[in-house]
Amino acid sequence: MNDQLLRDLAPQVLGVLVRRGNDFAAAEDAVQDALVEAVRHWPDAMPSDPLAWLVTVAGRKLVDAQRSEASRRRRERRDHQEPPPGPTEQVDDTLLLLSRCCHPALTPGSAVALTLRAVGGLTTAQIAQAFLVPEPTMAQRISRAKRTVSGARFDTAGDVTAVLRVLYLVFNEGFTGSVDLAEEAIRLTRQLAAATDDPEVDGLLALMLLHHARRPARRTPSGAVVALADQDRSRWHHASIAEGVDLLQAALARDRLGEYQVQAAIAALHDDAPTAAETDWPQVLEWYDELVRLADSPVARLNRAVAVGEVDGPRAGLAALRELDPGLPRWDAVAAHLHERAGERDLAAAHYAAAAARADNQAERDHLTLQAARLNQRR
Amino acid sequence: MAKYLLLKHYRSDHAIAAEDIPPMDQWQPDEVEAHIAFMHRLNAELEASGEFVDAQGLSPEGTFVRYDGDGRPPVTDGPFAETKDLIAGWWIVDVESRERAHEIAAYGSSAPGPGGRPIREWIEVRPFMGPPPSVSE
Repeated sequence: MNDQLLRDLAPQVLGVLVRRGNDFAAAEDAVQDALVEAVRHWPDAMPSDPLAWLVTVAGRKLVDAQRSEASRRRRERRDHQEPPPGPTEQVDDTLLLLSRCCHPALTPGSAVALTLRAVGGLTTAQIAQAFLVPEPTMAQRISRAKRTVSGARFDTAGDVTAVLRVLYLVFNEGFTGSVDLAEEAIRLTRQLAAATDDPEVDGLLALMLLHHARRPARRTPSGAVVALADQDRSRWHHASIAEGVDLLQAALARDRLGEYQVQAAIAALHDDAPTAAETDWPQVLEWYDELVRLADSPVARLNRAVAVGEVDGPRAGLAALRELDPGLPRWDAVAAHLHERAGERDLAAAHYAAAAARADNQAERDHLTLQAARLNQRR
Repeated sequence: MAKYLLLKHYRSDHAIAAEDIPPMDQWQPDEVEAHIAFMHRLNAELEASGEFVDAQGLSPEGTFVRYDGDGRPPVTDGPFAETKDLIAGWWIVDVESRERAHEIAAYGSSAPGPGGRPIREWIEVRPFMGPPPSVSE
């Protein structure tokens, strides 16, 4: 078997196919397939004209590929038209698989990757792309995660909490590109909601929908951040808001309150306000008080301080803020906002600048720098 | 084609530029916007010319870490931002020549600052090591 001969012939075959008007990538694949055939058959019977043989076989492979592509498309179209399978049959599987992927022994990052791979069905390449790491790195991370949970038993009802946390993490990663993790998180949460009977699952789905609805207005075309109060509310996705509110109301009616339902209620109050000025801040604050009671965390208290600032004035907001660790992410941004509302431009500018220095993405840093610059002028 | 790393330094131990440029939050808002727009445009132009590989910004917070012997905690430096050579970010470009890499760096360094004047920050141009030759004779 003459490897050199094949190597010399391959580009010529490709040339013929491409010259005949075939798509380059498809032609390359067909040539590869033809070379495999050559390796298989030539040792027994060497053709008299190897080039002609390869061109014929590659041409046939190309036709085969086009046919199977066409029938695949037909199959997919048929499949798409079929009614979706009922929820009952996959009830246990979905939750079981999700629980396995969201095992507490995994770091949040690994749990997210494994969930996207095993439950989301994304390719390793897509996940790598979403997290901006090389594919072999992501492959390693996923196989390490698989080893960690192999044999782990994790299939009881209480485990849904860990699953919800991971799904929320996926949602918050929110990278856009060929893989939209926010969309993916919503899809997975929908799946889980269909398979379980837990108002917190519906609460999380509502929360995601209510946040996601604002996305069209959250960035300018060039990618700059637009603050909630400055967003063009007509560009919000009102169907998602309606769906989120319906889900939330049904969940709340079941009287098993949890942190995701509370967060969804806050998001719903923002989405419901026709203008930023008409936001029902007293109700927002009540829900934050509820959130701190249910799931106390520095982040919940930080957000609560903003609501306190709106209801009782910036002084009260700053007092609430002073009880928290200034090292918290976004502490400076909140301080800047409250100082500005209190009319203390210099202090506000200094906090915006500090917040910009600590921002972990370029769009947010640009936005905060711009706020600082705005307040620093006319001095 | 060869790859080059274009490193944006904010050197505090020697002058950033001929004139003293205040930190960005002291600029006029439209000056900040013009600067950001310039950076977006530069990246878009490099993508359009097929020379763009990567561009990233770095947080100014950084810590030097060094192994300090068996059984001892690693040595880290303190938060002495004013004596550190801060690296603000980088571009990686894949270009035909060193001259082209210099040209892009110089263009990047011409990003507008206060009053629309170029801020003239230092940008270090470093060639990537190539792969080893596949045949050594």
